[in-house]
Amino acid sequence: MSLKVIQPGLSTSIQDLGRPGYFHLGIPIGGAMDRFALRVANMLVGNPEGAAGLEVVFMGPTLTFEKDVLVAVTGADLPPKVDGVVQDGWAAFEVKAGQTLSFDFLKSGARAYIAISGGIDTPPALGSRSTYPIGALGGIEGRNIQAGDVIPLGEADMIEPGLSVPANLRRLPGKPAELRVLPGLYWHRLTPAAQEGFFADDWAVALEADRMGYRFKGGKPLEFVAREQPFGAGADPSNIVDGCYSYGSIQVPGGLEPIVLHRDAVSGGGYFTLGAIISADMDLIGQLQPHTPVNFRKVDMAEALAARAERKTLLAAVRAHLG
Amino acid sequence: MKTRYTYGGDEHIYVEMDDEMSLDAFFKSLSMSNAVRDAKIKGVTEICPANASFQVRFDPDVISPDEMMKKVKELEHRAEDAEKRLKTRIIEIPVYYQDPWTHETLMRFRERHQDPSGTDLDYAARINGFDSVEAFIEAHHSQPWFVSMVGFVAGLPFLYQLVEREKQLQVPKYLRPRTDTPKLTVGYGGCFSCIYSVRGAGGYQMFGVTPMPIFDPEQKQSYLSDFMVFFKPGDIVKWKPIDRAEYDRILAEVEADTYVPRIAEVDFDLDAFNADMPGTNAKLMEALNVA
Repeated sequence: MSLKVIQPGLSTSIQDLGRPGYFHLGIPIGGAMDRFALRVANMLVGNPEGAAGLEVVFMGPTLTFEKDVLVAVTGADLPPKVDGVVQDGWAAFEVKAGQTLSFDFLKSGARAYIAISGGIDTPPALGSRSTYPIGALGGIEGRNIQAGDVIPLGEADMIEPGLSVPANLRRLPGKPAELRVLPGLYWHRLTPAAQEGFFADDWAVALEADRMGYRFKGGKPLEFVAREQPFGAGADPSNIVDGCYSYGSIQVPGGLEPIVLHRDAVSGGGYFTLGAIISADMDLIGQLQPHTPVNFRKVDMAEALAARAERKTLLAAVRAHLG
Repeated sequence: MKTRYTYGGDEHIYVEMDDEMSLDAFFKSLSMSNAVRDAKIKGVTEICPANASFQVRFDPDVISPDEMMKKVKELEHRAEDAEKRLKTRIIEIPVYYQDPWTHETLMRFRERHQDPSGTDLDYAARINGFDSVEAFIEAHHSQPWFVSMVGFVAGLPFLYQLVEREKQLQVPKYLRPRTDTPKLTVGYGGCFSCIYSVRGAGGYQMFGVTPMPIFDPEQKQSYLSDFMVFFKPGDIVKWKPIDRAEYDRILAEVEADTYVPRIAEVDFDLDAFNADMPGTNAKLMEALNVA
């Protein structure tokens, strides 16, 4: 049982919920950038929430199927079509053997998730099917999908099509997007004026925005507290002795353009980090297109945990709704 | 040395042993990260040791950040009391300095460099006060190195040279990072050498290339049969300069999956090293010579 890739789209990769446990060797967790969207897509077609699906960036693929399957598309508003007939997003629909699944133009968001009943059944690498191209791990030969690929699917107990998730149980960033930040790590390296400016300034997503990290521009350069650089750190005031990076941590090389590390993060390096995006807002970053206006909002740990609890409540509500 | 504790968002605790690099800070960080691992704290998902710091990733739904921080702090005394000894190995890594591939790459990104008029090695030799590139290369490979961190990308080792601080080589990173670095480039940034395990972006100065793969998801080399990543923190490395002919010979062995690196089991004792660096290094290299 398999699907065939007719057109791959712009950058379509096989992703599940990732491979924790190897970051100490430089192999990141990976997995869907918008984990909530992948979980919901899987639920809609009767898969376990962590089954592997396709992460689509900006432009959808064209796929055909060997057997009848259920499909759901969540995340970005990228309307799916079956033999040219538009289907609802955030809902399960049937694609029969021989029919073609394709996509209309992107209306909002940046990444759509395609779940297929049975899930994608490529061989796992280090416990995950997620594609990590830098390390040539997961997916198909460690790369994004390409035309002509035949992708194996798991066995599925077909459930009825027609399940859907109402708008109030979906989650997409607002405009301007707000990303909440817990200051920490090397926050003390910034002057009070720079600390204030980072949160006060208007930023926008830069063109360099991918699974490894999202770059932002538009704010004022950040000034550092003057010091004699510690031995081994390097001469630039934004340099530190190479250390670990947190997922979601915000580095600002040279104090110029903040970069938020995401699921395919480099595990360490020599740039100071001013804190990290809270876990509750990581999914949102994957839905930001270049040029999207963004504001960073300062929160404390209590607010970060409350936001995390809110996300769990939303996921529980989706589970309850889909029974 | 004063330990600093901080949060990286709501899922990470970051512990900096010292803001400057030293083997003392490395050993303390390694001991403490091991103590956190041995404590088997429920909710801990990843422990990443680095040069002079380490990071713990945890699930705040299982253990609250406050509680996690408390448990980590309680383990600091264990790191202070820990023996600064390691049972480890010394590995000879062949390096083809001034190779044509890193040369082509460094010329391609010259405008991102501090000194576009020469090569990375010309620049590194000059700012470290060497009369010639050859003398600088000699300083780079004559004394062994200590793997103080594995990371950035899959299996990339950061290495710190086992010499007095005044003999440490130091170079800045590129002004703007390159978008390309040949696979297995031997690089340099700050006081650290590294080997780029895969091709990709990078900001370290480029000195040469090794024919010996250090990361392979297919695990084709015998020395990668246990795991796809070769290095771990605490490994000791001795660079061996090689020429093009030897590079080609080793590469042919690598391609036939028959290359066997020279490796010797050794003990490393930080106090003994601090008391007698040349003597300790001579013993390490001797172990390699009889391996």
